[in-house]
Amino acid sequence: MPAREAHPGEPIIELDGVNKWYGAFHVLRDVSLSVAKGEKIVICGPSGSGKSTLIRCINRLEEHQAGSIRVHGVPLDNDIKHIDAIRRDVGMVFQSFNLFPHLTVLENCTLAPVWVKKMPKSEAEALARRFLERVRIPEQADKYPGQLSGGQQQRVAIARALCMNPSIMLFDEPTSALDPEMVKEVLDVMVDLAEGGMTMLCVTHEMGFARRVADRIVFMDRGEIVEVAPPEQLFADPRNERTRLFLSQVLSH
Amino acid sequence: MDRPALPPPAALRSSPLHWVRRNLFSTWYNSLLTLLILAAAWTLVPGLAAWLVGHAVWSGDAAACRAEGAGACWAFVAEKWRFSLFGTYPVEQHWRPTLAMLLVVGLLLGSADRRLWGRPLLLLWPVVLLLAGLLMQGGVLGLETVPTYLWGGLPLTLGLSVVGLGLAFPLGVLLALGRTSAMPVFRALCTVYIELVRGVPLISILFMASVMIPLFLPQDVTVDKLLRAQIGLVLFAAAYLAEVVRGGLQAIPKGQVEAASALGLSYWQRTRMIVLPQALALVIPPLVNTFIGFFKDTSLVVIIGLLDLLGAAKSALTDPAWRGFYREAYLFVAVIYFIFCYALSRYSRHLEAQLSKGRRR
Ligand SMILES: Nc1ncnc2c1ncn2[C@@H]1O[C@H](COP(=O)(O)OP(=O)(O)OP(=O)(O)O)[C@@H](O)[C@H]1O
Ligand SMILES: [Mg+2]
Repeated sequence: MPAREAHPGEPIIELDGVNKWYGAFHVLRDVSLSVAKGEKIVICGPSGSGKSTLIRCINRLEEHQAGSIRVHGVPLDNDIKHIDAIRRDVGMVFQSFNLFPHLTVLENCTLAPVWVKKMPKSEAEALARRFLERVRIPEQADKYPGQLSGGQQQRVAIARALCMNPSIMLFDEPTSALDPEMVKEVLDVMVDLAEGGMTMLCVTHEMGFARRVADRIVFMDRGEIVEVAPPEQLFADPRNERTRLFLSQVLSH
Repeated sequence: MDRPALPPPAALRSSPLHWVRRNLFSTWYNSLLTLLILAAAWTLVPGLAAWLVGHAVWSGDAAACRAEGAGACWAFVAEKWRFSLFGTYPVEQHWRPTLAMLLVVGLLLGSADRRLWGRPLLLLWPVVLLLAGLLMQGGVLGLETVPTYLWGGLPLTLGLSVVGLGLAFPLGVLLALGRTSAMPVFRALCTVYIELVRGVPLISILFMASVMIPLFLPQDVTVDKLLRAQIGLVLFAAAYLAEVVRGGLQAIPKGQVEAASALGLSYWQRTRMIVLPQALALVIPPLVNTFIGFFKDTSLVVIIGLLDLLGAAKSALTDPAWRGFYREAYLFVAVIYFIFCYALSRYSRHLEAQLSKGRRR
């Protein structure tokens, strides 16, 4: 059975009995999860367990087929207006950065504010420079993504998402495409963001990060949520055998 | 400890002798090829030069050209260049197509500058093309009317090509987007269109445009022959361009669209600002290839009785006084085609270099 816990604070994301299939393959099975405003959730689990699919359903990069997803009370259905409203409010950071290579760093950041929020260009640029400062690469604003290191690119991607002033941020393994020495610079930015009160859902296997910022860790296996618990509890005393096995593998190196 | 900077090895320093050694005589087969080419040039160039320049007849009549030992008959070109360039357009009105072509060439040159790309330029296109067409057609501002069946030569070739590509390109992009879209009906329609048009020779499309378009229209509406040819050319080119553009679309990683969607950009915003700029930049070489091919393919309109540049030159050859000087006529036309195609090719190289600046992945 999917675990479900009552939580203080108003729920900002509510997943209720979410199911999804790729053809005949049942990739999400009855996933229910409620995330409170300001909460930090870390999602982990073996490869292929449906972690990416789950968070990609939250901003409709993937469509779920049964159950309901609500963000800020807005239901994710086929109404384009709902999807647009939710996407404006939910930022996403990808494993492979997905910066736009034909635009400069600054243009990457100003694109959505200018075209989606209709913000004047000068205002958008000032905003972008502020966020580039916050992710500690203000001096790279006029370069193209291809000229930056992986860690710098991922920080630009974070700044780009923040420029839309989202209240929720989704991270899909943001550091797993990075060389070890660059992982820290990205995690530092994320810790910073967490301390600023952002609601975060983060797929990651960085257990140090999870221990430090997560309010709850969600463990997924074979498309279902197996266990949800605060990090101290999960690391010290996992209730489920599958969780125990997975953690022993992840924590052993 | 720092190592001192050394001068480059001798081989990297260049002198003319070095260059010759390295590029022409580096290996025995390279040397052999160089010698063979030199020998070929030795035997061919003098004869060619004598024909082209040395013994060429620059003025006079056909009789002078037919004299024993005469070279190229440039007198023929001197006599017939106007007809080749303008076809049957009334001679005293030749300033009008000339001005129209200058307008169009100016538009093309302006469009070549990337700093000018934008909405104003886009709006300027139909304005300038209409103006050029009006100038050719006349009937306004006291200009004598010249019906389209008198149009010919270079203005016709240029007009068919520029208007044709100007319309076929956006149509091709839409077809490519349709063929890659998530909507099955759209995808099927675009696929069927592209495959049908590509499976048929241009000649038959021109014939069909010429014969069949009138069938779809009410009896009393007649569509100008030139317009029919133009429509046929546009429909044809669009299918080819669509496939070229599709190649570019497919090369764009899915993550690009996902990132743009996650930021809240709409389908058209994503397409216009993220997908197309990258996709089109990738396919500049095959795109220009198609453009150049199309420019030359317009010469097929001759089969439905339009006198384009090549057609006009051929028709100049039918003058009984000047029969037989095909080499000169074709050379003259070839040079004009070459100038346009080569300019386009150079420009595309320049554009590619500009677009790839600083954008390594
Ligand atoms: N577009 C798709 N079509 C079919 N199957 C898919 C598709 N995308 C993912 N899958 C399958 O769904 C399952 C879950 O994929 P998902 O990417 O969500 O896993 P994950 O937990 O993020 O794994 P990883 O840790 O490797 O990123 C996998 O078995 C995958 O093969
Ligand atoms: Mg994944």
